[in-house]
Amino acid sequence: MNDPALQTRGLVVGFGGTEVLKRIELAVPRRQITALVGPSGCGKSTLLRCFNRMNDHLAGFFHRGDVLIGGRDVYDAGWPLESLRFEVGMVFQKANPFPLSIRDNVLFGPTIAGVGQRSVLDEILERSLRGAQLWDEVKDRVGASALELSGGQQQRLCIARALASSPEILLLDEPASALDPIATAKLEETLVELAAEVTVLLVTHNMQQAGRIAHRTAFLYLGELVEEGETTTMFNRPKEKLTEDYLTGRFG
Amino acid sequence: MSALRGWLAEGVPQRWLTAAAVLLALGMIGGLIVLVVQVSASAFWPREIVELQLGDGSRLLGEEAGRSDDPRSPGRERVRMKIGNRDLDPADFRWVRDSEVTARRVPADAWLLERREYGPFYGYARRLVLADRAVEAATDDLGGELARALEESIALVRAERKLFTRVAALHEPVVELDTLIASARGRGDPTLELEARREAAARREREVSTPLLVELAALRGRLEQGALELEVADGSLHAVPLAKIVRAIPVNRLSTGGRLALYASRWAEFIGGEPRESNTEGGIFPAIFGTALMVMLMTLIVVPFGVVTAVYLNEYARDNLFTKAIRLALANLAGVPSIVFGAFGLAFFVWTLGGAIDRLLFSDSLPTPTFGTGGILWASLTLALLTVPVVVVATEEGLQSVPQAVRDGARALGATRWQTLHRVVLPYALPGILTGAILAVARGAGEVAPLMLTGVVKLAPDLAVSLEPPFLHLERKFMHLGFHIYDVGFQSPNVEAAKPMVYATVLVLLVLVVVLNLAAIALRNRLRRTLRSSAV
Repeated sequence: MNDPALQTRGLVVGFGGTEVLKRIELAVPRRQITALVGPSGCGKSTLLRCFNRMNDHLAGFFHRGDVLIGGRDVYDAGWPLESLRFEVGMVFQKANPFPLSIRDNVLFGPTIAGVGQRSVLDEILERSLRGAQLWDEVKDRVGASALELSGGQQQRLCIARALASSPEILLLDEPASALDPIATAKLEETLVELAAEVTVLLVTHNMQQAGRIAHRTAFLYLGELVEEGETTTMFNRPKEKLTEDYLTGRFG
Repeated sequence: MSALRGWLAEGVPQRWLTAAAVLLALGMIGGLIVLVVQVSASAFWPREIVELQLGDGSRLLGEEAGRSDDPRSPGRERVRMKIGNRDLDPADFRWVRDSEVTARRVPADAWLLERREYGPFYGYARRLVLADRAVEAATDDLGGELARALEESIALVRAERKLFTRVAALHEPVVELDTLIASARGRGDPTLELEARREAAARREREVSTPLLVELAALRGRLEQGALELEVADGSLHAVPLAKIVRAIPVNRLSTGGRLALYASRWAEFIGGEPRESNTEGGIFPAIFGTALMVMLMTLIVVPFGVVTAVYLNEYARDNLFTKAIRLALANLAGVPSIVFGAFGLAFFVWTLGGAIDRLLFSDSLPTPTFGTGGILWASLTLALLTVPVVVVATEEGLQSVPQAVRDGARALGATRWQTLHRVVLPYALPGILTGAILAVARGAGEVAPLMLTGVVKLAPDLAVSLEPPFLHLERKFMHLGFHIYDVGFQSPNVEAAKPMVYATVLVLLVLVVVLNLAAIALRNRLRRTLRSSAV
């Protein structure tokens, strides 16, 4: 693959004495949706969190090998953790709005980065909320508490919040697992729209979801990358027996 | 058998048991409140003045302050008469057996005088003596004349006090120089220059104050002129100078409206006035003020201190033996008797810290201590120490209630640990923090024992806040409602007369604690709102 947005080379990650990821070689292309699938505990969330170094805060974390974003090592000493995270946005499994207004939630990143000009902030607010397809629903009440929004709206608010710093990459950790089918459909639509401009890496439990929206899919099992490729190809003609068993629901 | 088991399993008796416990708690609290409100509500209600004719030919005039069984003749009762007039007879109360009484009447010409000294005076008003004439009760409108004369004399008393304060203030520069000279002598330094300055200051004082002193003497002369002559129960006449009278009330002649007005004005004096007669009469304003100020200072000290401690313990410190020991120490600190904190406050804050401050900043006035003696600052600090565990525990609980997902969310957006803490975690934990503050206020407002060692006094001449710079005098001693209750109720020379005051003070203290708590709760709700919808 030429010029991948995200890449790992021989990545080994573990906590305490246990290796959770074993020699992962993965490349994620730009401006597409890539899904990470696999049974619970296979390490897909851990892999996702490697790209914005969220694992670093956990007890006993260690790693070997490289994690590259646009060809640059995320552990590069000249690349501060905070500015890395401005470029790599993340959305969590459960919506986690701050106890602030909708506006303050979306502008959290730009504000702590020091953006103070009101016109700029207003522009960011609208662009981010439009990007997350939330603008029309909340444009009249951006001063209201974010906790008043519905679950699906809260999750899209979290996407808007991640988009506010104009990241190149968006990481999503099972973002739809707590949502009902209608909210899920809305969220998927949002992600497809976003993929025109942003690289999306999506962890999902839901094979149908991966099939619906992901251009490419990577299948992890017990910390190893079993298979990776175009979603349609992989779903129709899996190369590995393990992948086929998982896709057909024989385990997982 | 199985019916009983089913009954138990369904929890019917358990439900009744828990309900009964709630009822018991409510009953106790309600009983306390009803008692306090009832006694203090009637404390200032004007009671009629009664004249009792006794079997031995003597008469008593006063208020019936209570009844009880006669211990000498079972089945009969006795009445406790408040006869006042302590300048004539030191006994304020007298027990009268019902069997002694031959006649009881409510005389219309009986007056109650509330005085600046010696407590109430009961008598029949006979004559009002003014500077230029006399007003006879029998022929003239004594009531109207007395009201006018009293108004005038009260204005005169106020003018006299104001003038006296002014004259006394003029003397202050001389006093200050005297102190400087005394300490210079103590050090063996030359005092010539200081003595010259003192002479100059004294001369300046004489120039300004001489005409004022003349004016003061004239005022005092006018004050001594008016007097009210009353006949007391034994038939003799007594003159009470108008200057000593606060209120003169013909209680038995008052209409209901007049009684209500008197009741209201007595409450107003109680809440807003200065105490008289070693605190058994007059008001409790300095104590209300001292309590409120002390609690506010304590809150200002304890909340930041407790929050910072909890933040360190919960957010930065590793969970090891050391932090476990700190938590254990905090839990134990909450169980230490408050008098121990008082002793610590006296030894550490007052003597060590205060002494050091005096040596550094106020060495001129030593050996008279400035900060090296009890004061409102030291009392607030001691109570802050006492309430710190409450704030720390509540704040820690608030911090622990912040979901990890929310912290992660902020970190993932590029927030540093500190930005996450103060922009997301603390706002989230704010209700917990303010709950801690509310608990600290409730605890601090009710403490008395540590204050007795660190700055509370029976009577503080000045409030800790003044209208002239530096406005706040943190070194000053102060009065406190809790101590006031103890002092008036149990240490006063006339406990029986002060009893209504004690109940009324308890009521005020309860109301004050409720008000302080409500203020803290209102603040919590407001902060919650603003934090959740503030503009960037």
